[in-house]
Amino acid sequence: MREQSHRLAEGGRIDRATPLRFTFNGRRYGGFAGDTLASALLANGVSVVGRGVKYHRPRGIFSAGSEEPNAVVQLETGAHTLANARATRVELYDGLVATSVNCWPSAEYDFAAALGLLSPLLPAGFYYKTFKWPASLWMTYEAVIRRAAGLGRAPDGPDPDRYDKINVHCDVLVVGGGPAGLAAALAAGRTGARVILADEQNEMGGALLDGHDEIDGAPAQDWTAEAAARLDAMDEVRCLPRTTVFGYYHHNFLAALERVTDHLGPQDAGVLPRQRLWRIRARKVILATGAIERPPVFAGNDRPGIMLAHAARTYVNRYAARPGRRAVLFTNNDGAYRAALDLRAADVEVAAIVDTRPEPTGDLPAEAESADIELIAGHAVVATHGRKRLSAIEVMALGDGGGQVSGEARRIPCDLLAVSGGWNPTAHLFSQSGGRLRFDATGACLVPAVAAQATRPAGAGNGTFALDGCLAEGWAAGAAAAAEVGSRARGRAAKAPGATVTPEEPPGDYGVVPAPGHPEGGPKHFVDLQNDVTAADIALAAREGYGSVEHLKRYTTLGMGTDQGKTANVAGLAILARLGGTDVAGTGHTTFRPPYTPVTFGALAGRDVGALSDAARRTPMHHWHERAGARFEDVGQWKRPWYYRHPGEDMAGAVERECLAARNTLGIMDATTLGKIDIQGPDAAELLDRVYTNAWSKLEVGRCRYSLMLGEDGMVMDDGVTARLGRHHYLMTTTTGNAARVLAWLEEWLQTEWPELRVYVASVTEQWATITLCGPNARRLLAEFTGDVDLGTQAFPFMAWRAATVGGIAARLFRVSFTGELSFEINVPARYGLGLWTAFMNAGEKYGITPLGTEAMHVLRAEKGYIIVGQETDGTVTPADLGMDWIVSSKKDFIGRRSLGRTDTARPGRKQLVGLETEDAALVLPEGAHLVENPGQEPPVPTIGHVTSSYHSANLGRSIALALVKGGRGRMGEAVHVALEGGAARAVIRDPVFFDVQGSRLHG
Amino acid sequence: MLLIPCPWCGRRDESEFACGGEAHIARPADPDAVSDAEWADYLFMRTNPKGAHRERWVHVHGCGRWFNVARHTVTHDISAAYKVGEKPPGDAS
Amino acid sequence: MADAYLRQSPLAHLGLAARAAIPPEDIEGTEAGVVLCERPARHQIGLRGDARRPAFRAAVKGVLGFAPPAKATTAAGGTGLPRALWLGPDEWLVVTDDDDAATVADLSEALARQHAHVVDLSDARAVIGLAGAGARDVLMKGCTLDVHRRAFGPGRCTRTLLARAQVIVHQITQAPDYDLYVQRSFAEYLWAWLEDAGTEYGVRVTA
Repeated sequence: MREQSHRLAEGGRIDRATPLRFTFNGRRYGGFAGDTLASALLANGVSVVGRGVKYHRPRGIFSAGSEEPNAVVQLETGAHTLANARATRVELYDGLVATSVNCWPSAEYDFAAALGLLSPLLPAGFYYKTFKWPASLWMTYEAVIRRAAGLGRAPDGPDPDRYDKINVHCDVLVVGGGPAGLAAALAAGRTGARVILADEQNEMGGALLDGHDEIDGAPAQDWTAEAAARLDAMDEVRCLPRTTVFGYYHHNFLAALERVTDHLGPQDAGVLPRQRLWRIRARKVILATGAIERPPVFAGNDRPGIMLAHAARTYVNRYAARPGRRAVLFTNNDGAYRAALDLRAADVEVAAIVDTRPEPTGDLPAEAESADIELIAGHAVVATHGRKRLSAIEVMALGDGGGQVSGEARRIPCDLLAVSGGWNPTAHLFSQSGGRLRFDATGACLVPAVAAQATRPAGAGNGTFALDGCLAEGWAAGAAAAAEVGSRARGRAAKAPGATVTPEEPPGDYGVVPAPGHPEGGPKHFVDLQNDVTAADIALAAREGYGSVEHLKRYTTLGMGTDQGKTANVAGLAILARLGGTDVAGTGHTTFRPPYTPVTFGALAGRDVGALSDAARRTPMHHWHERAGARFEDVGQWKRPWYYRHPGEDMAGAVERECLAARNTLGIMDATTLGKIDIQGPDAAELLDRVYTNAWSKLEVGRCRYSLMLGEDGMVMDDGVTARLGRHHYLMTTTTGNAARVLAWLEEWLQTEWPELRVYVASVTEQWATITLCGPNARRLLAEFTGDVDLGTQAFPFMAWRAATVGGIAARLFRVSFTGELSFEINVPARYGLGLWTAFMNAGEKYGITPLGTEAMHVLRAEKGYIIVGQETDGTVTPADLGMDWIVSSKKDFIGRRSLGRTDTARPGRKQLVGLETEDAALVLPEGAHLVENPGQEPPVPTIGHVTSSYHSANLGRSIALALVKGGRGRMGEAVHVALEGGAARAVIRDPVFFDVQGSRLHG
Repeated sequence: MLLIPCPWCGRRDESEFACGGEAHIARPADPDAVSDAEWADYLFMRTNPKGAHRERWVHVHGCGRWFNVARHTVTHDISAAYKVGEKPPGDAS
Repeated sequence: MADAYLRQSPLAHLGLAARAAIPPEDIEGTEAGVVLCERPARHQIGLRGDARRPAFRAAVKGVLGFAPPAKATTAAGGTGLPRALWLGPDEWLVVTDDDDAATVADLSEALARQHAHVVDLSDARAVIGLAGAGARDVLMKGCTLDVHRRAFGPGRCTRTLLARAQVIVHQITQAPDYDLYVQRSFAEYLWAWLEDAGTEYGVRVTA
């Protein structure tokens, strides 16, 4: 490990007592606690941290914050790896490992740059132009581009980290913990309001941590610490450092990402999550989001060693890291003079300040001059030199209001060029919230203008850049927000914190610095460093007609990528505006969208991963099924046994065994998941009449009836059996998947259309465990468990129900059947489900009792031609299409009836349910396969229908299928062809009932 | 994520609700008395305004009640929430 | 009556009683910010009716000793049993002791001559107790409800979403401790979710 060559001996907010080691691009370096990866790299004199995406020119650290376009790194390796971390926001920890992105084979020696491989391929609009050509050409390019470009790599294993999500409500959310945000939180917090203060940095203070301002006569960093401590002591204030509010949605709903343990590295999280997603509902929001410095656009402005002036100041002041040894400042405003003075104080030689303004007259320029720093006014940087690191710049005099340069170029050797083109308020969240921005010509920036939600911008984020203004505006915003939610401070009146500041003159003109002798093209003037978009690209796009800002963005990729153009957008807009003879107010700006900075997928997923990715609903018998080898099928959120696999069996074998047992002796099935709705009231029968297709008033107590439920469009929505439990009491069953929907449907009609009906409904699905016994021995086994009910077919016929005691448990028995066999559905309170099931299994052993999965049940019902809603129906199928006219009453109105008479619903030639028998008895057709009349026909071949259900039937010794076929019932006995991969199969249309057509087994 | 004022439970997150589309669509009292076109209009045709809109919501993961909401479809401002059977605010009829 | 061995609580499969029996000092990281338990079986009765009608209120009061709460999202009956939880303007969940099997019959009987709905739902929901210093935070991780003490306190109850399950949250005391009523089929999922969400505070299981 080498000496930290650019580290200052003292000062800064780093802890020299806690040295840290880290590895960057395979080399080992040292840093200190309190460093970011970027500051530690600078302290070690590392200048090249990556490569440009198109031209693969070397790039260095450009900023000290979230806006960083260049220093984007791959953090850690393997499953822990994180793509596109901004080195300027990565807190250093011991053992950190990072590599550059965009470099192959390395940042120092880049293959693509050496060959100049990519630049001719990637003009503005490259993707659009290329896609106009044959796709084959794109494939050729893509292979090259994917290898050499593209930011970052995805992890190669499942994410080992834990992520958390939390919902929180507050009276006032303050975004940003700089001077304005701290003042706002103090003013709101002292009233007792529920306040959240979130800031993306590791400690509160914002830009106060970078300089040496004074507040209320004391060092600002002392004031910051005291303010943070006071906020921590307030019961209802929650301070969230390391938390980026990245999205502002409707109704003051905001999302924030807290990096809980990222700063500890991958090994030290323990029980804490790596990151936590805060979902915040705020009554009032204060956006104290600060500002981002913008770079001037000049030839060769991308070389390592060129960085934002405030960033250079931050590195020496906060991190005690010298970003260079000999600096030149290039600015159009007074702020950069602070950086010059601080750099000099940190023993960086300041060669000159180049100011585009002809006569800077402010206090700060005066101070710099009196400190003997050379001021080159009315000049601009027109060229830069140096291969992997800046070695010199050239400056020339500006003329023609900044439109051209003239005179001798003066060469100034330097390894740091600190640049400033003024400041842009960080208005991203304000814009996301729907607020309108306006272009402020004085500051040449977009500032919040009209809020769309209960939100207040304050401080630099509002275009109020001076410290005294930030404090006053933040304090006022906090007090006002608290007052608006009815929260008022008691006790002594408090005063806003104050500061004395050196006034600044307005910034100079903001535009592209012309290159001498190159009115167009020539040396690259970079606008968007991350996407390698140049001023020439913008001009090209404008010439080609992409003059709208949204088109420009997509055509050039300006403002895309991980930094979303935080340092590029306003410059790009200014160039486009100038080309169009207008200003930014005229061009407008692109839409700001969440997230403000990248958010990991892990944080968005939270704990909804793995076993918790969805709720799994389990019946009381679930764990018995598991032990019996059940494979499960998801039906909605329910886990239903699909088939029970015995050792040595495959699925087909298991299903065959189950189907044969049900027909020949005894099957047992867990039907708990069927929806059950308890209906009570004098108008219960009237409700059933209105929602079902058949009539209910004559159904006797003790009997059941099957019916269809239609949507108002006349299409089948659900089916099921309803039993009359008492005079005004019914129990409706629904399909498993539709249970919630049907209950909601009944409630909707009762609440909104028929409030006069005296009837209440309630779901009792979960109250009962339902066990179905079916097959020739069903009655015999059940009789062993019940003595108080005559199970004989006379006393207890098909479609009847009885209250009975089963195994000592008060139960309801329903003689209904979905398999076509003698069958009883036994409902017992859920707590007894497993016990009764186990008892049935033990006692049924002598009959060869066999648990049935859903697959066997589906085969058995298909043998009988029974439909499954959602399989034979798809929302376009009427009762008549299913051949179920017999269930549709013509004597009453019901939901959907009117639609059955609509022209389309009543037309001939609709698809109708039929059976299909394949010529090849062993062939099981794929469900969904299309039927055609003449497969030899020239395509397109019209379809006449499709297969809805298809199985091998062990009981019939052949395959069976159900299908919906145009005019199907008129085609009995006709042959059709089923379109299959590799040819067509012949099948004959037949009646859908394949087995026990008379139903003697059912009634037996 | 909207914050919806349930007339019974107060302001709750949108995730607790389901939207039932445009409000105040009357089911024809006698379905047989209307033409196919009128019936289709009741079944399928809905307005899709940019601006003030009245729609039905149900507090499905709350009190289970259906109610109506007056919402601006651009700003999402909810100017009123009112119970089934109540007149929309500002409706003099 | 059925043999006792046949009865199973919704979370019986998880072996919670055995976990509850482990002395706290034997559990790694004994600091437990979240205390979870499966509440013992109780009678739960679905009740619907028109709370504006004095006869309905009187009939319910005759059985429970108090009328069903008319105020939205509140529970009647205090910290003991029976309780009546407001679920909707015409819907309550009545909770009584498991031994008190008579209540469902008594309510049906008392309301037989009016239009009301009484249904036994004792097996339809599991009841999970959630307490401890981290209880409120755990709730916030999966629920958008504002459970701050100023917004939701003892005696408040509501249906809402917790993670991916619909629950009834009933805050019993200021501590806070909560009863979470969840549909039986969701109980194992919700328990697993609660344990996961509680990890950072430390989870202890009690009987």
